[in-house]
Formats: sequence, structure tokens, C-alpha cells
Amino acid sequence: MIPQAVGYFYIVAAALFILSLKWMNSPATSRRGVFAGEIGMLLAIVGTFLGFDVHNWTWIAAAFLIGTAIGIPIAYIMPMTAVPQRTALSHACGALAAALVGTAEFYQRQGTGELGPVFMIPLVLETLLGFLTFTGSLMAMGKLQEVLPQRPITYRNQNAVNFTLFAIAVALGIRLIVVPSNTALFPIFAALALVFGVLLIIPIGGADMPTVIALLNSYAGLSACAMGFALENKLLIIAGALDGSSGLILSIIMCRAMNRSFTNVLFGAFGQIQEKKGGAEQRPYRSAGPEEAAAILESAGSVIIVPGYGLAVAQAQHKIRELFDTLTRRGVDVKFAIHPVAGRMPGHMNVLLAEADIPYDRLYEMDDINGEFAQCDVALVIGANDVTNPAARNDKSSPIYGMPILEVDKARTVMVIKRSMSPGFAGIDNDLYYMDKTLMLFGDAKAFVSEIVKELPAKAAA
Amino acid sequence: MALSNLEIALYVFMLATFVGLEVIRKVSPLLHTPLMSLTNAISAISVVGAILITGAAHATMLSKILGFIAITAVVTNIVSGFLITDRMVKMFHKRGGKK
Repeated sequence: MIPQAVGYFYIVAAALFILSLKWMNSPATSRRGVFAGEIGMLLAIVGTFLGFDVHNWTWIAAAFLIGTAIGIPIAYIMPMTAVPQRTALSHACGALAAALVGTAEFYQRQGTGELGPVFMIPLVLETLLGFLTFTGSLMAMGKLQEVLPQRPITYRNQNAVNFTLFAIAVALGIRLIVVPSNTALFPIFAALALVFGVLLIIPIGGADMPTVIALLNSYAGLSACAMGFALENKLLIIAGALDGSSGLILSIIMCRAMNRSFTNVLFGAFGQIQEKKGGAEQRPYRSAGPEEAAAILESAGSVIIVPGYGLAVAQAQHKIRELFDTLTRRGVDVKFAIHPVAGRMPGHMNVLLAEADIPYDRLYEMDDINGEFAQCDVALVIGANDVTNPAARNDKSSPIYGMPILEVDKARTVMVIKRSMSPGFAGIDNDLYYMDKTLMLFGDAKAFVSEIVKELPAKAAA
Repeated sequence: MALSNLEIALYVFMLATFVGLEVIRKVSPLLHTPLMSLTNAISAISVVGAILITGAAHATMLSKILGFIAITAVVTNIVSGFLITDRMVKMFHKRGGKK
């Protein structure tokens, strides 16, 4: 095989990667998109083996086998609720790989005279981003898996400490660019980047994980991109840039959905605003049982279901599908209103509902459905809280003021399935629960929905 | 005037970023989760770099070990990333057509 051919393999692979992402624009073409990505990757790997003089086959083959053996079970065993953790883990893996390749290149090329700034600048960026994304993603994974506390971990002068640490790491990086032969400096540089990754994520609360995951996605992509610059490999640059821009766009969407800025997410320690305003007074609310809820749903012409992460925690997706089917069969128009931050990562709720076989054309984005609440008979909120809080619209003193919400309070009747009256993630009381037209349905989402479903056919027979 | 390698690389980076921003912006929010696992699998293209450093003729033991870990990590990403993305988008296929 002529080595020159490798360049053409890479060009085709790059084109396939772009097509792959383009085909993700609709569910109808998305499988083709995945296929294009797979072929692109295959071409890139085969091209590399054919085009370069590759040695140490046992090492490479063993790594491929082990990677495949780990990857297959992850893909098939992982429940859809755990997809955010898997995503965080794969950011960690990708970033670690970039960092280690950078490290290996750095030591391998010592004394070859190839360590000019054109090589060292991207290499320092690659390892810096790689190492900090590695530990940062592991922390994010720990928070999502709830082995680490969801609450932000904060201490005095946190931002100052973090900034100083980062500044030292950058200074060492610059020093390495100027004097690449200073190999003793490299482990210190790498260690600082690793520590900084941990410190960057611990002050960020569980509710901000969708943004953080998207941001780490971007960093992981950019470290692969920097590797491309160091190795002068255009395919790496293109794929890394695609991943980087994808992560960037998703994190911007997530920030906008929470009315926050990047700096606020990264340095604001949101969950902080926990100080309860001196023993909130008990306000009256109405509650109802499954029979009453079923009766209301039965007589409704249109129902909008607002799912939140609580639904997934209760594993209630499949029961919701039954409710959806039963109501639809009775001629009730049922739609789902999906807030961009419902779930633990961008688009997570859509996947959870699709897994339960709810047709995706019944899932509506916030902007498309907000106008419809005023005409709908019943809004059924399941496991969602802050994203329905009218305080975001009315109350300037509320910490979530300005956040775009689902305008559930405009529906004729509101029903909320919730365990208790306790406030949610952000620790903010929700006025929606105290409105005259709101019925609180207390209980576990899965159990409650299945009781409603049980009530419905009984009523039909009567 | 011929372009240096660095200049060409920067052009490629700039154009790929713009293409990425435009293409990703059009992705349906329905599919943002599979999108992220797909881009993840794609960025595991760093496997190329990992193969080259592990497979270099004069690779040191350090290079081999670090490269070995790197290949294992990214191959895990490639395999699980593409498979899980496919598993997710398949769910959007099942009932979509039927209504």
C-alpha cells in the first residue's frame, strides 16, 4: 500500500464525520448518521495502519481488544438513566488519552530538536486541557452517580485559590514551551492540571451538571484538536473542532435555559442560595387522590404532561406510557412539554421517554408548547419543579428570576405529582403549588400514575 | 507565497469550527443526548495519535505504556460511543413513523 493514500483515507473520514453530524438533525436520518461516523472511524484507523510504519503490534492489538471488551458491555448494559454518567466517563477517557499521548510525545521527542514552539504550544494545551478534563469529568461522573455529594463544596477564597493554581499551571506550561528540555517540570505541570480539574468541578451543584457535561465535552474535543496541531494531522483537527463546537453550542443552550452565564455556572456555586427565608409560613394547598385525578383527566380534552428528572428517578416512564395510551385511546389529546434542562444532560428527557416508546412527535420543546398551556385543560407535572415555578417570571427577588419556564400555571387545571411539599434542587419554594386551580397528588410518581391508570378503565365500564 | 503547515492547520481548524457550529445548531433538541455521545465517539479519533506513538519504531517503554492506556481508553469510547448512540436513535425510530 502506498503510504500517500493515508491522506485520502483521512479526507473521506473527515467528510463522513461532518455528514454524520449533519444527519443527526432529524430522527429519520439519525441512524444513517451513526453509520457514517462508524465508517469514518474505520477508514481513519485502517488508513493509519496502512499508511504508517506501525510497530509494536502486540501492544496495539491488546489495547484494542481490552477497549472493545470494556466498551461493548458499557453500551448495552448501561440503563438510559445512567447515560449522563457514561458520557462523563467517556469525556474522561477521551481527555486522558489526549493527555497521555501528549506526555508520551513530549518525552519521546526529547533531544530530537523537534520541540519547537509550533510543536510545544499545542502540546501544552493538549496536556493541560486533557488532564484537567480527565479529573473534572471523573468528578462530574461522581456527582451524577451520587457517590459524591450533589451539593456544591465551597470554602473561603475558593475562586482565588483556583485562579492561582491555574495561573501557576499556565506559567509552567509557558516555561515548558520556552525550555522544552526541562523534563522535571512536566510532572508538576501535569499534577497541577489534574488538581485543577477536581477543584473546578467540586463547587458546581448537581443542578448545573447539564451545562458542565457539555462544557467538558467541548474541552475534550479541543484537547484532541490540539493533538492534531502537535502531530500536524488535519483529521484530528477537524474531528476535535467538531466536538469542541458541539460542546460549546450545547453548553450555551443549557446556560440560556437556566438564564445563567458561563462564569456564573463555573464560579457562582449556585446551590449556595440555600438560606431559607426565616421559617417559611405554612400556606394552604389542595391535594387529591388517584380517583379524583383520574376523573379530571378523563373529562379533559387536552392534557400536557410536564416530566422532570423525578420521573426518571421513580422509573415511571413506562407507567406514563400506559397513561398516555389509555388517554389517547379515549380521544384525549396528550402532549409532553420538555424543558431543555429536564434530565441530567442536554436532551436526556427525550431519550428517557423515547425508551418508553412514547412517540417523539408528541414531545414538544419549551418554545413550541408554551403558547398552548392557556388552551389546555390539564397540565400534569411529574417530578419537575423549578422549571415550572412562576416566580421565574414574576418575582424579581427570586434566585431563578428570568429563567425561561414552562408556563404550566396558565393551564385550566394543574396537577402535580410530588413526594411531599419540600422544595427542589435549588431549594426554592414554588408558588404553583399554592394556586387555587392546583391539585397536589402526593406519592411516588410510578405508584401514583399506575393507580390513575387503574382508575381509568374502571370508570369506562361504569 | 506558500502557506506554512501551521497556517494550513489553522485554516482547517477555523473552517471546521464554523462547519461544526452550523451543523450542530441544526440538530434537533430531541437528539442532543445521542449527539453528545456521537461527537464523543468521533473525537476518539485521537486513537490515531495513540496508535502512532505506541507503534513508533523507536518507541520507549514509557511511550508504549502511555500509548497502550490511551488506545484502551479511546477504543472504549469508540465502541461504546457508537453502539450506545445507535441504541438511542433506534428508540426514536420505533414509533416515530406509526404516530
